[in-house]
Amino acid sequence: MDAVYANNYVIVAIFLLLGVLLPVASVSIIGPMLRPHRPTPEKQTTYESGNIPIGDSWVRFNVKYYIFALLFVIFDVETLFLYPWAVAYNQLGLFAFVEMCIFIVLLVTGLLYAWRKKVLEWE
Amino acid sequence: MSSWLEQAPSLTNVLHYSLAAVALLLVVLGFVTYAIYFERKVIGWMQLRPGPNRVGPLGLLQTISDVTKLLLKEDTRPKHADKALFTLAPILAYSPAFAVLAVMPFTDTIQFADLGVGVLYYIALSSITVMGVITAGWASNNKYSLIGGMRSAAQMISYEVPLVMSVVGIILMTGSLNLKDIVYAQQDVWNIVPQFLGFIVFLIAAQAELNRSPFDLPEAESELVAGYHVEYSGFRFAMFMLAEYVYMFGMGTLIVVLFLGGWLPIHPSLDFIPPIIWFIIKFMFYVFLQFWLRATMPRFRADQLMGFAWKVLLPVALFNIMLTAFVITYQNGFM
Repeated sequence: MDAVYANNYVIVAIFLLLGVLLPVASVSIIGPMLRPHRPTPEKQTTYESGNIPIGDSWVRFNVKYYIFALLFVIFDVETLFLYPWAVAYNQLGLFAFVEMCIFIVLLVTGLLYAWRKKVLEWE
Repeated sequence: MSSWLEQAPSLTNVLHYSLAAVALLLVVLGFVTYAIYFERKVIGWMQLRPGPNRVGPLGLLQTISDVTKLLLKEDTRPKHADKALFTLAPILAYSPAFAVLAVMPFTDTIQFADLGVGVLYYIALSSITVMGVITAGWASNNKYSLIGGMRSAAQMISYEVPLVMSVVGIILMTGSLNLKDIVYAQQDVWNIVPQFLGFIVFLIAAQAELNRSPFDLPEAESELVAGYHVEYSGFRFAMFMLAEYVYMFGMGTLIVVLFLGGWLPIHPSLDFIPPIIWFIIKFMFYVFLQFWLRATMPRFRADQLMGFAWKVLLPVALFNIMLTAFVITYQNGFM
């Protein structure tokens, strides 16, 4: 059984390695042998519909993105709690059901609050 | 393949696994090549035009010539871009898309890693792709890229929540995160029937995760030029495209395993057809659905997009979880 366990994760490691290897090999090793490399200042300017770029683009952007990221973190953590609960559900019975009802109701309250505060509207 | 798993880990075994993984990589690359070809062909037919038909017989070599062209094109990098992150972004986008395939059971015997936490592994790795998108948008130092990258990331994380939650219903019914166990649990009836609500949520959220129409706002060429990969050219650009299609392969296999009964036949009397054929038929159906949707649906409006994930899909997914839990408790006689 231990061998199976170890082998499984060896395979996962191989897949991860292969996933990194393909882009690295094709872009950095095989690519330069095949493609031309003649940089000019015009080619290296940032694209802005053919105009000369105005200023830097690392500027402030809409704060909404940040709020959505926060909401995502909250609900993703909730899902992390749901997974073990779902796996063990058949052994736990009615008690687990009631507990999870309370948990979800608390979270839905949070969602409703965000909804009322117009966090979910865009612009 | 399962007999290898029981042997003690050794260098020869690692070599075997590597060769098998490379074989899968080639299959996936072949799939991507002809998925792009069929996409263009199918959409062409739906719009009453022939589609690609010049390169090779019936245009079969069209994608290959496109890839070759990308390989031979100069790889420009804007002077003001963040060099390290600009290089890293395509790798971050592509690697997880391929690595998720490690746990996919294609049939009873054709499977690589048989992880106990299969579903969790898929979900955890697939969310790394967002990092690639946001890194690409930021590192390009381009206004279009930045807006496109931010929009993409916001869309992908918003739709990830309902996607992940729609699977909980299946885990409740199966009591396992192992993808093989999930298929075995569908012997009598496929999950699409008892988990229909979950299936619909998963299908819609998967479209948004894949950035495919009607959720292809990140690539809205009419407003954002090309979104987060404006500044990418040559093979770096090809990596983003490849990641998108490999991810489609992954999502297709996942949806077949979770909802459509994996390699199981429609009816036990049809089990003389090999399981891998069943898997391919179901998988092809999903891929065709993608092309069909792309030819049919108009694009979502940016202001409706986020609201739909949080106000419709998330409550429906939560309701589905509670409903499934209730029905299971009811069947157990409120024990």
